[in-house]
Amino acid sequence: MINGVSIYEILTLTSIMFFIGVYGFFTRKNLIAMLVSVELILNSAAVNFVIINKYMFPGKLGGDIFSIFIIAVAAAETALALAIIINLYRLIMSVKTKDLETMKY
Amino acid sequence: MDILTLFVIVPVITIVALMAVRNKSYFRVVALAGFIVQTLMSFNLIYQYLQERASGNNDIFVFTKDVIWFAPLNIHYAIGVDGISVLMIMLTSVIVLAGIFISWQVDDLPKEFFISLIVLSSGVFGFFISYDLFTMFVFYEIAVIPMYLLIGIWGSGPREYAAMKLTLMLMGASAILLIGILGLYFYSAPDGGQLTFNIFEIAKVNLPVSMQRLFFPFVFVGFGVIGALFPFHTWSPDGHASAPTAVSMLHAGVLMKLGGYGIFRIAMFLMPEGTHFWADFFLVLAIIGVVYGALAAIKQTDLKYINAYSSVSHLGLVLLGLLMINNIAWKGAMIQSLSHGFITAMFFAMIGIIYGRTHTRIVSKMSGLLVIIPVIGVLYVLAGLANLGLPGFSGFVAEMNIFVGAFQHSDTFHRVITILAASSIVVTAVYILRLVGKILMGPPMEEYANLPGITWYEKTGTFILLFFITLIGTMPLWFGKILSDSIIPFIERL
Amino acid sequence: MNLNLMILIPLIPLAVFLLLGIFFRRIKEPVSGYIGVAGLTIVSLISFYIAISYFLDFGLVNGEYQKIIVFRSTWIHFTDNLKIEMGILLDPLSAVMLIVVPLISWMVHIYSLGYMKGEGGFTRFYAFLSLFTFSMLGLVLSVNIFQIYIFWELVGVSSYSLIGFYYKKKSAVLAAKKAFIVTRFADLGFLIGLLILSYFAGTFDFLTLTNLDFIQTLNGQAVTFMGLSVITWALILIFMGGAGKSAMFPLHIWLPDAMEGPTPVSALIHAATMVVAGVFLVARLFPMFYFIEDGIALEVVAYVGAFTTLFAAVIALTQYDIKRVLAFSTMSQIGYMMLALGVSGYGEHEGLGYMASMFHLFTHAMFKALLFLGAGAIIHAVHSNFMQDMGGLRKHLPVTHITFLVAALAISGIPPFAGFFSKDEILAAAFEHNKLIWFTGFIVAGMTAFYMFRLYFRIFWWNDPEYKHKPHEAPKTMTVPLMILAFMAAFSGFIPFSDFVSTDYSPFHTHIEWGLAGASVGIGVLGILLAVLFYKKENDLSDRFARAFGIFYKWTFNKFYIDELYFFITKKIIFKNISAPFAWFDRHIVDGTMNGIGNSTVWISEKIKGLQSGRVQDYAMYFVSGATVISMILWFLLNN
Repeated sequence: MINGVSIYEILTLTSIMFFIGVYGFFTRKNLIAMLVSVELILNSAAVNFVIINKYMFPGKLGGDIFSIFIIAVAAAETALALAIIINLYRLIMSVKTKDLETMKY
Repeated sequence: MDILTLFVIVPVITIVALMAVRNKSYFRVVALAGFIVQTLMSFNLIYQYLQERASGNNDIFVFTKDVIWFAPLNIHYAIGVDGISVLMIMLTSVIVLAGIFISWQVDDLPKEFFISLIVLSSGVFGFFISYDLFTMFVFYEIAVIPMYLLIGIWGSGPREYAAMKLTLMLMGASAILLIGILGLYFYSAPDGGQLTFNIFEIAKVNLPVSMQRLFFPFVFVGFGVIGALFPFHTWSPDGHASAPTAVSMLHAGVLMKLGGYGIFRIAMFLMPEGTHFWADFFLVLAIIGVVYGALAAIKQTDLKYINAYSSVSHLGLVLLGLLMINNIAWKGAMIQSLSHGFITAMFFAMIGIIYGRTHTRIVSKMSGLLVIIPVIGVLYVLAGLANLGLPGFSGFVAEMNIFVGAFQHSDTFHRVITILAASSIVVTAVYILRLVGKILMGPPMEEYANLPGITWYEKTGTFILLFFITLIGTMPLWFGKILSDSIIPFIERL
Repeated sequence: MNLNLMILIPLIPLAVFLLLGIFFRRIKEPVSGYIGVAGLTIVSLISFYIAISYFLDFGLVNGEYQKIIVFRSTWIHFTDNLKIEMGILLDPLSAVMLIVVPLISWMVHIYSLGYMKGEGGFTRFYAFLSLFTFSMLGLVLSVNIFQIYIFWELVGVSSYSLIGFYYKKKSAVLAAKKAFIVTRFADLGFLIGLLILSYFAGTFDFLTLTNLDFIQTLNGQAVTFMGLSVITWALILIFMGGAGKSAMFPLHIWLPDAMEGPTPVSALIHAATMVVAGVFLVARLFPMFYFIEDGIALEVVAYVGAFTTLFAAVIALTQYDIKRVLAFSTMSQIGYMMLALGVSGYGEHEGLGYMASMFHLFTHAMFKALLFLGAGAIIHAVHSNFMQDMGGLRKHLPVTHITFLVAALAISGIPPFAGFFSKDEILAAAFEHNKLIWFTGFIVAGMTAFYMFRLYFRIFWWNDPEYKHKPHEAPKTMTVPLMILAFMAAFSGFIPFSDFVSTDYSPFHTHIEWGLAGASVGIGVLGILLAVLFYKKENDLSDRFARAFGIFYKWTFNKFYIDELYFFITKKIIFKNISAPFAWFDRHIVDGTMNGIGNSTVWISEKIKGLQSGRVQDYAMYFVSGATVISMILWFLLNN
């Protein structure tokens, strides 16, 4: 509970963060940047968990634990994604999304 | 194992045997053996059927058997035959037998060829023996699918296009048909009882008139497409032109008969009100098919196209006979189904034989073949004469039954249609004689001077067909009797 | 008298046909001919025996000839009344035909042994001759009008095969095709007539159809179409079938071309037997023609016959191909028979025309077959069909000359030859009934004499050209039939025909009306004398005449351009303007629609496949927008 700051302000902040992430995911031309955007989305969700837990169910730990869980998953996922990207880079010498359109039609 | 199921089992056994055989030259022998058994069984079936009738069995279907195979939807493997189906089964087995003789020399993937052919025919047999709508539909699909492979792999000319067109149109028709069948199914128990696909159970139910009027065209068009109903006939010229000989024979000879048979068994039998409501409309389409097919045949240049359009015309007569809704015309339509089956199969066989020698099917590129290959020429002329409805051949009997039956209506509409249909016999004579005059008669051409004569397997194949054409043509009373006895329970509902 | 023997009459030729047809490559040249001749000999003997004993012995019971159904069995069953039966009916009409058909066929079989010698396809020829004989006998013995239709088609196809016998020749193929299609077109009328009968009369059986009480009930029905009773229409349509086979105007165009066939065939099929099938058909149904609506249909028969007889005789005056002259003469004579039927009444003496028509059918078969066989012998000798290549042949072909002369005298109606008697009775019947028709017949009698003797003099007299191959008389196999037929042509007129054939089946007596007979003999002689003047010695009188008539001659020579008219209708109108557009319509509109449906699927998929871009971001975009839209909809729905 932060004094003078209501849940709405923090939720607004995380929503903005989420949509920045979404926007980034849609528009970045680089896989790494997309990955960063995904991280933003995940982080906004993690913050949401913590905040909602704190403001609405004080004294419980469910939300905190979930955010730790999300961080762990995000780390694993990032590692995996980076591994794929590196492999891709080795294969086609590029991490641009426009070079990765072969799986169409 | 009952006498009918064997018709589905024997082809399966033949297929297994074919798979087991390794030596290339034995494939055709195995296929032939399988179909000789099948043909003998079909003769035996007719004999057994007549015995059964003679012993006083007056059920609509005899040799019935009913096994449930999908309980949740109440789908049965329900089989039985009447006079119409036994003759159709005979038609099928004879034509496949002749087809195997004609394709004796297939050397491109012979095993697969024969397997597809046999799968197709087992679907046809299954269709003719079953009276459960869904099982019929399943067998129908089994019969249609191998056609794609047969044309696509062993065909000639633009075969992918033709195979695709044929399969897609027939599949589209199946989809329409399925709607009709499901319509029947969901109305089959108005009192909230068990829904059923059994046509005799459905026949007992009073289907609401509005439902009949709604679903009749679905079933009719669904079967009509394969029965070359105008304007859904266009798959047939292309398909026939590209198909290998045996497949054309089987397709025009048997598969296209499923249409008329299905219309008769399902659409008309189950939906009498719908039939009366729609008969005039479809009659117009049928007569257009008859006249138009014949006229279009005049201008074709490819032998197979001529025959394909001729089939459109003759199958139009089948539909016309059915839509005339009386005993005589129906009998005529059934005989026409049989007759056209044999005749057109023989015609395609002859075209295949000629094409195998001249390597062209274009009318203007041939002349005077009668001098060079007299036996083939004579057989071709006979097929042509049978096709134009000469007495002594089956076509005449069928046409006369249809015309006389059709003329028994007392209103002008039906009369005019009958006269138009009758006029098609002149047009038929025109295109057949034009063909005979151009390719068989006239001065012989140098380049074909050394064509080989007819071989024993070609001879056997065509003679089998010719035998049945003349058999129906010279003793129509016997065939008519079998058919008309079986038609009575159906005509009574209308 | 075992009438069951009669079943052999059609069956033997059928058996011969099947034998020769199936083994057409095994049985070699003379053998097949001997088989054919042997078969026909048996058939002829049985037929003559039965026909003669029918007339003289068992046929006449209580002053009326019996209609004996020797045998019948149902062939197609429609309803209990309406069925097609195959059987054998013996009555005076079929008994007469039992003499004509086997006799001519027998003669032609023997004649062909010589004529067809060395031609290719000898066995085929005999096979088709047998097929024809079978069909023709089946036709004349029919018990059921549908049986006639069936055999009608079969004689049509045998005629087709025989006209197209020299199938390597383009003109023969075309002629055969034309013959089949024209007659098939006429048969369409026949068939429709049968269909009308099937509904309104409810039976195909001859005994019922010709029963007078039954005809009265039909008259009572009075269902009309365009002012005429439907039964009248049925009869007119049936007559259309008959007119097609009998080459009546305007369905005659196939007959002259049919001369492309071998000459014995022309003698048998296109002169003596098949072409009179139409006459036979009308005669068979004569009570119907006469009684239904007071014989309107019969009037049609009379006028068509009268017109054809004149029309054909005019054309025959100008033709140069000897077989074509004979063909037009055949048309003209059949027109005579038709008009005789048309003017006939019913009952004893009233039915004179009917009797005369059958009589003329009989005598005509004899002398016309003789003329054709004689023409065959001439063609055999000079290897040409054209008069211009002939002349002075009387020295080279003595037997042919004499027999030809007998036949020419017979057809010209000079007593005591056969044609005189039958033609005189036709003219007498016409005179009583309708003066206009009589006058036509009278004029034609003179024209007949003229063109026949034109032919005769042009072939046997005229000049003495040098022949490349010296013409020689035909072998015995050919001359013997000529002599037999010449005997018949000379003396068959003395048969008291009215004792045998009449409308009501009871014999009556006729006498020659010397006034009328004298007139017709007079005009016949006049015709002959003119021919003597024009053609006995080589001169240019005929050419001068032809020039004098100018345009009329040209039209006549070109057969009034009827062929061209038909050609125009079929080629230009039906093929070009109906059939071709239909084929185009099918390929482009109907099939185009189907292809269009197929192609539109492809087109749509081309358009929307861009959605599957392969870019993860796009997919995510669709996903998010979709999810948003759906949640908005759900939100909207839940709030209402």
